Amino acid sequence: MKIYLNEKHIKAEKGAKVAELVKQHKPGAEVCVLNGFPCLMEHTVEEGDRLVLIKKGEVPSKNELEHLLSARHTPGIADQLKKSCVGVAGCGGLGSTAAIALARAGVGRLVIADYDVVEPSNLNRQQYFVYQIGLPKVEALKEVIKKANPFTKVESHHLRIVPENVETLFGKCDAIIEAFDMADQKQMLVETVLAKLPKTPIVIGSGMAGYGANDLMKTRKTGMLHICGDERSEAGPGFGLMAPRVGMAACMQANQALEILLGPDPRIDPSLDPSPTRRGK
Amino acid sequence: MIKVNGEEHPWRQGLNITELLKEKNYVYHAIIVRLNEKFVPPEEYPAAMISDGDNVEAIHLITGG
Repeated sequence: MKIYLNEKHIKAEKGAKVAELVKQHKPGAEVCVLNGFPCLMEHTVEEGDRLVLIKKGEVPSKNELEHLLSARHTPGIADQLKKSCVGVAGCGGLGSTAAIALARAGVGRLVIADYDVVEPSNLNRQQYFVYQIGLPKVEALKEVIKKANPFTKVESHHLRIVPENVETLFGKCDAIIEAFDMADQKQMLVETVLAKLPKTPIVIGSGMAGYGANDLMKTRKTGMLHICGDERSEAGPGFGLMAPRVGMAACMQANQALEILLGPDPRIDPSLDPSPTRRGK
Repeated sequence: MIKVNGEEHPWRQGLNITELLKEKNYVYHAIIVRLNEKFVPPEEYPAAMISDGDNVEAIHLITGG
């Protein structure tokens, strides 16, 4: 029978166990991922299975690396994400976090834009490092993304986003993540996208100040607008922004972008009883 | 009755977006309003008349990010 091993089509004996394939093709491999999930060595492979074998400490070839980076993705979606393009307007707490999550998820192209540079007070929630202080955020973010997923194409713009350049910047994006800090900037972007790019979904971050209160962080959708946050906690004097809560909003935005690109995940059925005994295979 | 952000709200003759925002105390300065799934620009709030049974969404764009 035929299976995919590290994305190559190979012949395997019917009833072959993962352990035998390890011995044959990747002796010493400790990480085995079958159809997107870690598997045991005793597991028997079936026709068409996708098996990924990773030897810890071994740096893969460039050809293999791209495939290994998506080994734990839900099977079948990597190709679609690779063809997708997401715009990230603003590279602060929301934008830097969302952009890296999308790069790790395998989105093929990101368009990032921000006028600002990295400064020390950013580091409490933005995905930058001390050695990057002083760098334009788009440059620093592009560098971090490259280290996480070198196959993500990043188009970076070191500029202030204004109504006149929104269409040029994000016109080819399948979705846009609104990642500004100030309310009036958020409003400007949403109004401009609604007017000039009415078919492009925009994922807004709104309300994420403070800490705790996880259960208030939610996502809702209305037309082309998707809103992530608690829609109430306004950053200001005495009410700061911190990595965990901002990170929640940012990852909700990135996750919502995946749903926009791929459609709802058919494996997650909100109507099902959450009890483990009701879960399928 | 109309729906505002999914919740029921009493309707009256002559209700427009400006008045509705006052009634709901939606005073936050950065807001996006959709009436029956269409975006209403701020300059059109006074002229945007709401009919009985209409659906209004008001999205507050809160500082922080």
